[in-house]
Amino acid sequence: MSKEAFSPKILGFLCNWCCYAAADSAGVSRYQYPPNLRTIRIMCTGRLDPAFILRGFAEGAAGIFTGG
Amino acid sequence: MVEAGRSPNIEIVSNADLLSLDGKPGNFTATVRVRPRYIDAEACTACGLCTKYCPRHMVDGYNEGLGITRPIHIDYPQAVPATYYIDPSACLFLQHGTCQICVPVCRSRAIDFSQQPTERKLAVGAVIMAPGFGRVPEAALTRYGYGQHPDVVTSIEFERLLNPSGPFKGEVRCISDQRHPHRIAFIQCVGSRDLGCDNGYCSSVCCMYALKEAMVAKEHDPECEITIYYMDMRTQGKDFDAARKRAEEHSGIRFVRAKVAAVTSWDQGLKLTYATMDGSHGFTGYDMVVLSVGLDAPTDAGKLAAIGGFALNRYDFCRTSTFAPLESSSPGVYVAGAFQGPKDIPESVTQAAAAAGIATGRLKTQRGTGVILKSYPTEKTADAEAPRIGVWICHCGINISGVVDVHKVTDYAGQMENVVYFNDSMYSCSQDAQETIKEKIKEHKLNRVVIAACSPRTHEPLFQETLKDAGLNRSLFEMVNIRDHCSWVHANEPEAATQKSMDLVRMGVAKARLIQPLPEQTVPVNKSALIIGGGVAGMTAALTLADQGFPCTIVERQDLLGGMLRQAHYNLPGDDVPGFLKNLVDKVKKNKLIDVLTNAALLATEGFVGNFASVVQETKGKKMVEHTIDHGVILVATGGRPHRPAKVLGVELPKSDRIVTQQELEAQLAGKAKNRAPGSVVMIQCAGSRGDDLAYCSKICCNEAVKNALKIKEINPASQVIVLYREMRTYGYAEDAYRQAREKGVLFVPYTMDNKPVLAAKGKGVKVSYHDPILREAVELAPELLVLSVGLVPESTDELSKLLKIPVNADKFFLEAHAKLRPVELPVAGIFLAGLAHAPKPLEEIIVQAQAAAAKAAMPLVRGKVEVEPIVSHVDQDTCIGCGICASLCPFQAIQMLKVDNKRKAETIAASCKACGICAAHCPTFAISMGGFTNEQINAQIQAFGAIDKE
Repeated sequence: MSKEAFSPKILGFLCNWCCYAAADSAGVSRYQYPPNLRTIRIMCTGRLDPAFILRGFAEGAAGIFTGG
Repeated sequence: MVEAGRSPNIEIVSNADLLSLDGKPGNFTATVRVRPRYIDAEACTACGLCTKYCPRHMVDGYNEGLGITRPIHIDYPQAVPATYYIDPSACLFLQHGTCQICVPVCRSRAIDFSQQPTERKLAVGAVIMAPGFGRVPEAALTRYGYGQHPDVVTSIEFERLLNPSGPFKGEVRCISDQRHPHRIAFIQCVGSRDLGCDNGYCSSVCCMYALKEAMVAKEHDPECEITIYYMDMRTQGKDFDAARKRAEEHSGIRFVRAKVAAVTSWDQGLKLTYATMDGSHGFTGYDMVVLSVGLDAPTDAGKLAAIGGFALNRYDFCRTSTFAPLESSSPGVYVAGAFQGPKDIPESVTQAAAAAGIATGRLKTQRGTGVILKSYPTEKTADAEAPRIGVWICHCGINISGVVDVHKVTDYAGQMENVVYFNDSMYSCSQDAQETIKEKIKEHKLNRVVIAACSPRTHEPLFQETLKDAGLNRSLFEMVNIRDHCSWVHANEPEAATQKSMDLVRMGVAKARLIQPLPEQTVPVNKSALIIGGGVAGMTAALTLADQGFPCTIVERQDLLGGMLRQAHYNLPGDDVPGFLKNLVDKVKKNKLIDVLTNAALLATEGFVGNFASVVQETKGKKMVEHTIDHGVILVATGGRPHRPAKVLGVELPKSDRIVTQQELEAQLAGKAKNRAPGSVVMIQCAGSRGDDLAYCSKICCNEAVKNALKIKEINPASQVIVLYREMRTYGYAEDAYRQAREKGVLFVPYTMDNKPVLAAKGKGVKVSYHDPILREAVELAPELLVLSVGLVPESTDELSKLLKIPVNADKFFLEAHAKLRPVELPVAGIFLAGLAHAPKPLEEIIVQAQAAAAKAAMPLVRGKVEVEPIVSHVDQDTCIGCGICASLCPFQAIQMLKVDNKRKAETIAASCKACGICAAHCPTFAISMGGFTNEQINAQIQAFGAIDKE
């Protein structure tokens, strides 16, 4: 990855039933998006303990994405 | 489809024709001819190499002839069975004895030109006819320039154009020169409502699919201008009017009420000439014209009817009756889907469930015979052992490896701690790959498996099945999605995609190290049902369940059974409705398995699927009796009632016996009074509906108006009947009655909301003034009788919604779990839905829906147990402080508070838990862990995410 280009590391928490499914659909439709996101599947964003978000930042995430 | 393909108890005989059907209900022999596929279905891995090498081109029938394929091919990648086949009409070897290039190309040696047609005899107890629908006659299409201009397409062709797997990969392009069309017109009622091609009926689905196609096309190209030319927009289904509004207001689709005269070539494009209601003509230029074709009877309907020994109706669909909508005239032969009459997906799915339910009910003595139950080896205990992880990275043909460097990712996975086996795989989901996985699990004593391939949403169950076959607990599995979430969406960035795949695999392996086996849980089921509502839906459901051998209790609020059907005297086809109702009530009362509580109301329900306990209060004279009933499932059939609005078209109408509703008119017409059919009648459609008191269309009012108009004409042919309507929605075969009413002199005059009829009280009656678009002038009348076609509202769904935690939509009707896939189930497991409480609909559809809901409700009762996904929450009662936050937050009532050694503790009810994890996220003492999604596992994934830069 080029150091000059802005390329943030983003951590995503995706709800199995909606956002994870939407990401699957994006794939099926071949929608192209930047490769900066790394995802963790959860069964519902209700599972998202705020501690996970803080830990994500502590581990160096430039941003946290949640979809649910 | 995949589910049906995978079930060990469903055999799919594809590429086959029914030759004969002998025997009697319960004991039929069906003779079936299986055409050769020239490919060994067991050996084929659907890799697609053969298609690549096949030298011959042919027109792609699956894409409606809009694309090109090869004689050896598969229609589309997700086809079931996922096996290629050879079209003998185009294959060089089968036609000319040459070529055979495909034979050595196929690595699985699946190609077999020696295959011959075979005959099979199948022993079956019942037959369900579901051949779907056929195409409307070509003549209906050529009238609009189809065949003369390539850019006049059918809606089915347009559907393929919109599809990502279609001829232009989802781009809408003109067939003539592949330019993007900027102006598209839809023409409705092509081959429907058209006596010219002997299709007098309305196909019921075209208005909705045209809306859908127009909206999708608009999403593809927001600049595109789309116009729909129609006679009546028939969006009578649940929430369909809302979709039409969206199409008009948000998507900017234009609606023109006009008859299209012709479509002709014009410059580069097409000229569409039309005539509107007021007699004026116009023409507009378009790039593309879509013909909304109707549904015709299947081409081989006659042949099927001869084999099955059943009758067809005048349009060659299967003939059925209002009261037994899914039974053909041949006993033991049932029908479902469009072959019963044109219908959409939700109704077809409902009919299919109902037909299966009726068939299995009649065959209940043979229940369980021949069922294949899969058995698995005993699971090894894995929790105590150190993780031994096996990682497979999938190529998915070229779907993944075309972008991601699979070998690099595989090598990377191999270096990770605890990974003792790693490899890449061409298709990790293929049958042979499952065998390899099983082998390697045993050979390397693997106790965790990570597969980096596609989505766990589609493929997790398949791999979990493989784990079970290999004696591992199915929870010891983690899937990494490097296709849908990576190679497919970063197609132009192979390096970044490879890096992302490596990161995702690292996160997956980090989680896998901490995965623990989870116990499989099953809960026994109380084999009985509680049915709320004793109308036609509740009673039909009760009888269907009793047919299956299950006891049920009907709770009816009123003092007798029958519900709204008690007000019905006759119907459009002329059946004996009161006789049917009497017979139904008698059957329910006589049935020993059915318990009826009248003057009764549900007070409380506790529990979960398989084990509900309800309190029902019954009023007997002045006494109140409370019953506690244990039951396994609940069926909601609380019905609805006509809603008489206070204001009609903005005017408050006086109470007068000269202003009645259709229901009141029906009672009057069914009576014996001499003047029951007055000399002048005006009917107002949509009185209080579609934007007034009620936002929605009640689906039945147009049919009711036509029914009563015909009755008036029958009794008093001289009577002047005028129906003021917005859109006549006499869908399906009711269109015939609509035509008949017009022939008999009933005047149908359309009105619009910006030029609506004016009502004014006049003495005891009412004065009506309206604009007649044909006369092009105002008309004023003082009819002897004003009839309001009022809509239907559900019976008090609010209360029950709170009691059972089941949702309602904006119009207060109960909201099913999924409009298409689960139309008779509610989102809460074990609760089912039928009748007017779901949405307004006619009698025939209510009967089918009740049969379907009963069939679905019978499923857990037949099994006798319900299986619970093991990923549910678990409360560690030593850490739990009994604060109850989790119980109050749980949206599914899946946590109960108990006294354990005199201390308040929370406990999960596994059968109700949906694994959302809200409880775990809010527990102040971390006492709740989610199976498969523990804090430790998610933290490990986050840490592995952070390791990107640390390497």
